[in-house]
Amino acid sequence: MIEFPPGLILVLGALLMPVVGGMGSRVLSLLLPLATLAAVWMVPDGAHVTMPFMGDMELTLVQWNPPTRVFATIFSLMAFGGALFAFNQDRKIELPAAFVYAGSAICVTFAGDILTLFLFWELMAVGSTIVVFSGNTEAAGRSGLRYAAVHFLGGAIMMAGIIAHVFALKAGGIEHPLLLKYFQFGPGGFDGLAFNGAGDIAPFLILIGILINAATPPFGSWLADAYPEASESGTVFLSAFTTKTSVFVLMLLFAGTEVLIYAGLMMAVYGIVYAILENDMRRILAYSIVNQVGFMVCGIGIGTEMALNGAAAHAFAHIIYKALLLMSAGSVLYMTGKRKCTDLGGLYHTMPVTMWCGIIGALAISSFPWTSGFISKSMISQSAADNHLMLAWFVLTAASAGVFLHAGIKFPWFVFFQKDSGLRPPDPPWNMKAAMIFFAFLCIALGIWYEPLYAILPYQNAAGGDKLYEPYTISHVISQLQLLLWSGLAFFLLLPVLKRTLTITLDFDWFYRTFAPGLWRHVLRPIVVVMGWTRDVLVDESKGFARAMTRADAEASRLSLFREWSLGSAMVLITFMLFVYLVVGFWT
Amino acid sequence: MLDIQANLPVLVVVLPLLGGILTTFTGRGLLPWAWAVAVTGTTFALTLRLMATLLESGAPYISYELGNWPAWWGIEYRVDLLNAFILLVVAGVGFVTTLYARLSVRKEIPEDRHNFFYAVWILAITGLLGITVTGDAFNVYVLLEISSLTVYALIAMGKDADRRALTAALRYLILGSVGASFILLGIGYLMMVTGTLNMEDMHNQLLRMADLNEHRTVLVAFAFLVVGLSLKMALYPLHMWLPKAYTYAPSAVSALLAATATKVGVYMAFRFLFGIFGVGFSFYAMPSHLILLAMASLGIVFSSLSAIRQTNAKSLLAYSSVGQIGYIVAGFSLANPNGVAGSIVHIFNHAVTKGGMFMALGAVAYRVGGTDLRDLRGLGKKMPLTMAALALGGLGLIGMPLTAGFVSKWYLVKGAFDAGMWGLAVVVLFGSLLALVYVWRLIEAIYFQEPEGRSAEATEAPLSMLIPIWILIGMSLYFGVDATFTGETAMRAANGLLGGAP
Repeated sequence: MIEFPPGLILVLGALLMPVVGGMGSRVLSLLLPLATLAAVWMVPDGAHVTMPFMGDMELTLVQWNPPTRVFATIFSLMAFGGALFAFNQDRKIELPAAFVYAGSAICVTFAGDILTLFLFWELMAVGSTIVVFSGNTEAAGRSGLRYAAVHFLGGAIMMAGIIAHVFALKAGGIEHPLLLKYFQFGPGGFDGLAFNGAGDIAPFLILIGILINAATPPFGSWLADAYPEASESGTVFLSAFTTKTSVFVLMLLFAGTEVLIYAGLMMAVYGIVYAILENDMRRILAYSIVNQVGFMVCGIGIGTEMALNGAAAHAFAHIIYKALLLMSAGSVLYMTGKRKCTDLGGLYHTMPVTMWCGIIGALAISSFPWTSGFISKSMISQSAADNHLMLAWFVLTAASAGVFLHAGIKFPWFVFFQKDSGLRPPDPPWNMKAAMIFFAFLCIALGIWYEPLYAILPYQNAAGGDKLYEPYTISHVISQLQLLLWSGLAFFLLLPVLKRTLTITLDFDWFYRTFAPGLWRHVLRPIVVVMGWTRDVLVDESKGFARAMTRADAEASRLSLFREWSLGSAMVLITFMLFVYLVVGFWT
Repeated sequence: MLDIQANLPVLVVVLPLLGGILTTFTGRGLLPWAWAVAVTGTTFALTLRLMATLLESGAPYISYELGNWPAWWGIEYRVDLLNAFILLVVAGVGFVTTLYARLSVRKEIPEDRHNFFYAVWILAITGLLGITVTGDAFNVYVLLEISSLTVYALIAMGKDADRRALTAALRYLILGSVGASFILLGIGYLMMVTGTLNMEDMHNQLLRMADLNEHRTVLVAFAFLVVGLSLKMALYPLHMWLPKAYTYAPSAVSALLAATATKVGVYMAFRFLFGIFGVGFSFYAMPSHLILLAMASLGIVFSSLSAIRQTNAKSLLAYSSVGQIGYIVAGFSLANPNGVAGSIVHIFNHAVTKGGMFMALGAVAYRVGGTDLRDLRGLGKKMPLTMAALALGGLGLIGMPLTAGFVSKWYLVKGAFDAGMWGLAVVVLFGSLLALVYVWRLIEAIYFQEPEGRSAEATEAPLSMLIPIWILIGMSLYFGVDATFTGETAMRAANGLLGGAP
């Protein structure tokens, strides 16, 4: 039986990879994720593995939390798909770092106490930072630093929250204050938020720490900043773990917290607005991660068992199709070296496999029936409807249409069709094709045979013993098709308009010609302005700040604070300190 | 037949003292170094044995009376868990840095002075060990002078690599002497009041004084001691001697000093503040903890900011050391078990981390010829193992989980919350963000820039340097994962200190 966290296979195996080197390490890169997947499924049901830590504490390394199975499974699958996609690349550090990153994400899902969770949470930040760096460009280095700074800030906030809460619990006479069950704030924990002391702020600190990792605006700009700067294969890994682990932790600790509904809706809208304004194909997809995670966060905020199932299922489906889309974009980047939509086009001539896989991913993210997106996303919007959350339902539906526009049509259309850019690259190497085909197959297979996925969802009794959920009802299928076809029609009807100005402003154009101008002026534009402003503050200002702080020029060292003390003034200072102690001593 | 077991406490000092003096007669070539390795190695073995003896005996401390004079007349050496632990750190790091020193010293110091170098080197370690083991206040001063004078000499020996080592040493000599005389004055006043030099006796006499909290002489003694100790442990803003000294000292000396010298200063502060004056006087009657906390917090922030602005990797690490001393001082000023334990754990954790990092820079100086950030460019490809050690050490400075730095940070933040000091927790966490920025400057140079000029011809450091570097860095990683030994020892030692035993 498995008596250790399965994720450790990946983490420790990753350390082995550089040692083995060459072909051995490539073979290892495919075997380790599969071994991890097998290990995840071999952990016995009542598993409970603990380890003493720093004397008086006990870490619970392995325990089944309700959503563990679904998240650990998809994380292992994702590690395999990503490794297959990265099989031909020869950056030595990237894949081991990605494995440390993926393995610690799996360890997070098995954590039975808050400290274990936090330790692996931080290890993820280390691994992912290295993955960003492995983009190996100046820009990757810079955004890697910003990425690390944001995540360690988030980690510090979360740690402060954890410690504050542990102390509140200890003061309440609880013997094992690290256990996860004391950290499940849920809807109850936010009732009566009188601020009486240390313990009361803890849930907020922890929540903010998690939301930073979930890329919730206004803390979300790191995602679109860093992910597109990683390498082709690095981005594929990055897209899967950080935000989805946050979803997992939110589900575990904050299920049913109302504020998450609004946070999720904000994310869904934010992702769309920015994705529509964007020209870099991988950045479009990065923004759509924010949008999709918004659906999950919203589901967690709704907090019924069905909504939570939906969020978990959607995380599962999302990891697959988003990885597929990024693999497709990555293949294009790998073969052409171009990343802007306006530089690409007409690639369907010579990259049929990439194109078809991209389209399948696009259909799945738009939750087209018979794809994986359909069977998961509708659970969330259905729960919103069942709970009479009109606003949530409306925004989610509108956001679904928006997803179809930017990720579902815009990405494949501008990359593979549109004008002919004259580029004639062949399809990528076999392993990249194989990884794409594997994930494309999963997208469709899950859309048709969804029962195995439903069988591992966290709450099996959500429907009171009946069949968990039936995605293919007439009304679901019809309404989704209607939504998709109408927005698809809108896109293609307006193509003549789009074709005239193939620049970034075309999206603005399209926007105000199609929608009522008032919608733009009164609703969307203010949102864009505010978001643009927060983005400026968080990204550009932080860049400027970092530059100013790290400057080592003569001017900075002339600041009196940093000047070398002369011996004379040092003596004065020593005497002064003596004086301070004497005065304070006599005075008290 | 000499009974080693019974004489362990004194052997820890006498053996290196004699060994150090004999080093002057070892001539040239490999012999001085080999002799130094033998002496420091044996000393390290003795401290290990001492720790084992203490743990086995189960007694709170081992007392040893020099020349069988009763403690209140003669000199008493007294080993409890706290100083056994510090002894281990000092002797251990001393041994590893000696192992490391051979090539580095051969490159940086003319060969006809090697015997003197190692003699002074061993005497410096002797002084530090002596301060730690003794239970006699005046003996502390004597051994402090031994270690200080030898350290000034060691720093000045950097003059062949860079003449600025001479002014750095002079600067330290002046400031260090002021600090030492303050300590001497403090001890003198205490003796005036209590009539004894034995630490425990002093403590008991002080407790017996009814007007202790209003007693002017005790107060003045306290002020002199705290300021003198702050200077010795380089607590901001009395750190002005440290950055230059660490930067221009020979590489091996920087590693030894960074890992041990200021830490022994902190240990003296433990003994005086907790042991002699007692928690009641130091932290309740005198609000010295508020001043210390303020200085520590300022130190964490401002010296990290200074570290960010350095263009020389050694002075970057030196300023970072001042910041780390801030953590240590902040921990014990909280005067609660978690804070003090954090402080003790950090003494160890920082010693291995910073020692390892300075040794890695020494390897750079050996291969490249300088330690400017410019010299580090692109070394990630040229010296992968050395640079990996440097980067991992850097993660430890930030306090990343699974490095030793995290364990200390955890205790410190816990201690801050115990004391209800939210602000300090914020400072500690903010300090690790600043550490991220300066460590980043190292990492950026190492991994994201192309090698240029003299760093383009660099090759991996020789094995005799790599092994000691990785021993220390490996320990900083090991004790980040399994902190049972360090954590428990520190916790017990902290409880001992807070219980008031000297």
